[in-house]
Amino acid sequence: MNRRRAALVAAVVAVLLAFPAFAGTYQTQLLTYGLTLAIAALGFNLLLGYTGLLSFGHSAFLGTGAYTVALMMRYLGVSSLELFILGGVICSAALAALLGVVCVRHTRIFFAILTLALSQVLWTLAYKFFWITGGTDGLRVPFSQLTLLGGLVSFPGADAFAKFITYYYYYVLVVFCVCTALMWLIVHSPFGKTLQAIRDNETRARFLGVRIWRYRWLAFVVSGIFTGLAGILWVPLNGLVTPDVLYWPQSGKIVFFAVLGGFRTFAGPIVGAVIFNYLEVYAVALTQYWQLALGVILIVLVTFLPAGIVGTAARLGAKLK
Amino acid sequence: MDIVALQILNSLFYAAVLFLIAAGLSLIFGVMGIVNMAHGMFYALGAYVTAWSVGVAGSALPPAALFIFLPLGAIAVALVGLVIEPTLIRPFYRRPEEYQLLVTFGLLLVLEDVIRLIWGGTPITASGLVDSLGLVRIGGLPYPVYNMLMIGVGVIAAAGIWAFVYRTKFGVLLRATAQDRRMAAALGIDIGRIYILAFGLGCFMAGLAGAIVVPTQAAVLGMGVEVLVISFVVVVIGGLGSLEGALVGALIVSALRTITIQFWEEIELAALYLIAAVVLLIRPTGLFGRKA
Repeated sequence: MNRRRAALVAAVVAVLLAFPAFAGTYQTQLLTYGLTLAIAALGFNLLLGYTGLLSFGHSAFLGTGAYTVALMMRYLGVSSLELFILGGVICSAALAALLGVVCVRHTRIFFAILTLALSQVLWTLAYKFFWITGGTDGLRVPFSQLTLLGGLVSFPGADAFAKFITYYYYYVLVVFCVCTALMWLIVHSPFGKTLQAIRDNETRARFLGVRIWRYRWLAFVVSGIFTGLAGILWVPLNGLVTPDVLYWPQSGKIVFFAVLGGFRTFAGPIVGAVIFNYLEVYAVALTQYWQLALGVILIVLVTFLPAGIVGTAARLGAKLK
Repeated sequence: MDIVALQILNSLFYAAVLFLIAAGLSLIFGVMGIVNMAHGMFYALGAYVTAWSVGVAGSALPPAALFIFLPLGAIAVALVGLVIEPTLIRPFYRRPEEYQLLVTFGLLLVLEDVIRLIWGGTPITASGLVDSLGLVRIGGLPYPVYNMLMIGVGVIAAAGIWAFVYRTKFGVLLRATAQDRRMAAALGIDIGRIYILAFGLGCFMAGLAGAIVVPTQAAVLGMGVEVLVISFVVVVIGGLGSLEGALVGALIVSALRTITIQFWEEIELAALYLIAAVVLLIRPTGLFGRKA
């Protein structure tokens, strides 16, 4: 990492740390949403940006994380976020390992359709088995029943919501930073470099003796875990999980994050997820036709700015030098 | 026994609708290599246009004359397709698949809200068409004549498409372009014209499916998003890019759906998606697909 980039990262982290001090509860809540989605985007982009596999089924992992939390709370009476993370990560890893065996045997369009079809199996299960999952009513995950840091922090009392948002923001921020650092290490490790080699030229990678299937599978599992973790952190913030989180347009949104920010860059999907979150919130507030606005933005982006925000900014920056 | 006959008819009606959607999806993929995520929205658009025009003209025209709005709905959708292909889709033929999927996903979002903008959030019905034809008795049980008529329309459409693709000069050009675009272009075939007509035809079929369906159920928001994944299942089972595959896939999926709804309703959709996954695993190109 060169010096300028280190300075940039330090500045961003400083702003994020100070954010709740100068922004209100609502803005902090919005940014917390953005950061959880950014973790999902990081995981997603290990597949699209670094392995060259476009998944249209990542809602499966987001939903598995979220539903694991809701089911643990409802049926096991768990309230500790650390236990939720443990359970949710195990479940999303198991699901990713299973789906990965099926999905990574294909690439390109077939991979996209296969991930889409399998994620929709989960959606219909959540939707139809309503006596377990609550069906379209969903399951509630109220923050008042949540404890952080092994039961040290809970949120009783009148001003509990503001307190919850502040604490939860820092919690998510720490997890986000750890995830980002971890993903940075992964994509710069020999493992990550091998994934990129497979992406760029599968035949040559095969001739070098790389076991392509195994690498893709492992990338799929890691990607699923990151996105599952995002689902775990997202659900207490949302307070409710419904089958919508598993429905395939949700997967489309995750793809949108990566393309908006630029999936050829490391930071692109993070920036994309945070900006998308603001776009969606303000578009929904401004107009009931927010999908129209998002659709137009997506079409304009892929037509004129295929490198995304970060990719284009980097290119402009390089030109100025 | 009568209930079995009824269920077979239901299954065939559903198969006719699915075939029209999936054959259009498959045609567009076969010729242009594009998986059109917005395809379900053309089906929804056909349903809305038909239901709306039946509703507007319903009081002025005799019920039998309202059937003219079924093909009109389909033609309206085809016209929309003829505008969309050259403006939105054409720049993406040379781009990686990610971008093709994304631009059509963007189109899906836009079309969903355009429908909401024009017709609002309340469902529109055109059930007058079903009522006007009355019921027929199958054994002891009543069954709408409309549904039986539309199974016939499905059969005629399938035969018509087959004849069009395999028995006309344009069909030859279409297949040549699908097989080798550059060679076809070198031989002087106007690729742009083939593409726009193939896309228009695919949209026409999806629109017709929507028009056929809407008298039996209402046109609702979300119907396009819902049908897309099921038509993916159909083309995956049958083979992307194959018309025969779309037909067989539609028959299999609708039969399976009818059976699971009868016996274990909860797993209906899950069973369909799982079967698509199994077919992709065992035969990646589907039952009738060519090697990509």
